[in-house]
Amino acid sequence: MASTGKVVFQRPHALTDAQFSYCPGCTHGIINRLVAEALDKLGIEGKTVGVVPVGCSVLAYNFFNCDCVEAAHGRAPAVATAIKRVNPDNVVFAYQGDGDLASIGMAETVHAATRGEKITVIFVNNAIYGMTGGQMAPTSLPNQVTQTSPYGRDVATAGYPVRVCELLRDLDGVAYAERVTVDCPKNVRAAKKAIEKAFTYQIEGVGYSIVEVVSTCPTNWGMSPQNALKWLGENMLPYYPLGVYKDVRAEGFKDIAEAAAARAKDCPIAMQGRD
Amino acid sequence: MAENKKVLMKGNEALAEAAIRSGCRFFFGYPITPQTELAAYMAKRMPKIGGTYLQAESEVAAINMVYGASAAGARAMTSSSSPGISLKSEGVSYIAGADLPAVIINVMRGGPGLGSIQPSQSDYWQATKALGHGDYQMIVYAPSTVQEMADCMYRAFDVADQYRTPVMILADGMLGQMMEPVILPEPKEVKDAADKPWAATGTGLAREHNIVTSLYLDPAELERYNIARYERYEVIKANEQRFEAYQTEDAEIVLVAFGASSRIARSAVMKARAAGIKAGMIRPITLWPFPVDGLRETLKTAKAYLSVEMNMGQMIEDVRLALRDEAPVEFYGRTGGIIPTPVEVFGKIKEMAAALDGATAKEAE
Repeated sequence: MASTGKVVFQRPHALTDAQFSYCPGCTHGIINRLVAEALDKLGIEGKTVGVVPVGCSVLAYNFFNCDCVEAAHGRAPAVATAIKRVNPDNVVFAYQGDGDLASIGMAETVHAATRGEKITVIFVNNAIYGMTGGQMAPTSLPNQVTQTSPYGRDVATAGYPVRVCELLRDLDGVAYAERVTVDCPKNVRAAKKAIEKAFTYQIEGVGYSIVEVVSTCPTNWGMSPQNALKWLGENMLPYYPLGVYKDVRAEGFKDIAEAAAARAKDCPIAMQGRD
Repeated sequence: MAENKKVLMKGNEALAEAAIRSGCRFFFGYPITPQTELAAYMAKRMPKIGGTYLQAESEVAAINMVYGASAAGARAMTSSSSPGISLKSEGVSYIAGADLPAVIINVMRGGPGLGSIQPSQSDYWQATKALGHGDYQMIVYAPSTVQEMADCMYRAFDVADQYRTPVMILADGMLGQMMEPVILPEPKEVKDAADKPWAATGTGLAREHNIVTSLYLDPAELERYNIARYERYEVIKANEQRFEAYQTEDAEIVLVAFGASSRIARSAVMKARAAGIKAGMIRPITLWPFPVDGLRETLKTAKAYLSVEMNMGQMIEDVRLALRDEAPVEFYGRTGGIIPTPVEVFGKIKEMAAALDGATAKEAE
């Protein structure tokens, strides 16, 4: 039957037709799609290189149509740094989970951010190590039960969760840091906007950009997808408040260099070479 | 022309300049003694020639930057010294697993642990057997002069690109720090990724996406990749063995030594020859592939072998494997950052010569 209808929804060009390897109800699928939609909308798929992590999204190179490089656990920011330095006209993003970004890769995260690398980091925070079967993550909440915190995360011995956007916002290299979630259509739309903005800042050379996406892991949280989203709203969002944590343009600066100079204006050596 | 003038340079600086002349424009490092001058040279030169010197947050980050830059099609390298190389081992395994070319320089110091900052050769096993997990090898050059450091470095990227493998230059604190005259090679053209169709440079919407990875969840697929890599290793073994034979034509006692210790072994051979002992030396320039063929040539005249190393005895195992028990192999080494003297090594040669004479006399009885 010949179709005369208008296509109103289809797979983004930047996504391949490979079947996702994510569990049912997992939010990775939505976030992969949002990244792909951003590449489509900005028309950058052909010059984008994605760096994928070790974790549930380890096979994301099969899902993105752009060139992809698989990084060792935690090293995506270092790998992305070098790719961008070699070909500055590329758009380079790192897609990382919480264990990858905030535990084993914390040094790479902090230093890529403070160097102001012109890369975009998509940070999926679901408060657990998903791929290895649900161990305590650096972002697991106090009292959260996981395989390696079977009596609940005891902050007296396991310490407190890391709030990544709050940690990074003070670094001069960070142009844009926003925390979003994908628990409802309204928030998905907001997340999409944030991801587009993060890529735009990279393209315009503003500085390092990161979007943290508060996510669920129904399988390892031991909940239905519906209940996982409810738990996210009740427990994750109060601990990890949504919002823009850094936006140098909103602060009235052209880029990180201008913002950093304003902050260091009383330091003579830091101001050398600037007007 | 002026480029071919002899200049006096430190080994570390010669490595750096030769790397630049071989078309490397991406250096990622982290400070550590005794490779310091190499990174300092890169920091000074790279910005002037449109290259990148990036001081990473750690050796771990630096080697992963090399991985990224190589994945993007560039000639990229890092340098470090023993403890720092241990930190890079994970990244080197990923580079090998993804079939990426790269150059890693180890200016060895004493170990294990923090060890010392004095010259050593105690990373022989690490370099030739197990720099990281998994089924892989890498080509290892062991230069013994500043000139040879420049020459090996100049060749390293070509070999790395040809076989898509990491290449290590294994130097030590003595070679890195000492100054010798060197004729620097002609600068090569800096190539872009055009001849690396596998590189992640963006599809341009004109081709299928490239994936650079070492992950193969299907065991049969991973086995296929590993076998293909080992088939390449056979080609490397056939084509890339390098060694120097010194006074081996009639040698009855053959010393085997590489890098700094080969300089001492050479002096000891001279002393032995002056004393009427038929000594010679095989000096592996490639530690992997080990110059098995060159070493076995000497079996025609050799009655005994002496492995001279600045460690507790590591290369000696490869010497024994190559000789297949067809001749006895002895060891003389100093460790902890101590450099053996020619007199010490000559003393060992004399002992061996006396034992051989004794054996000959006994046979004659």
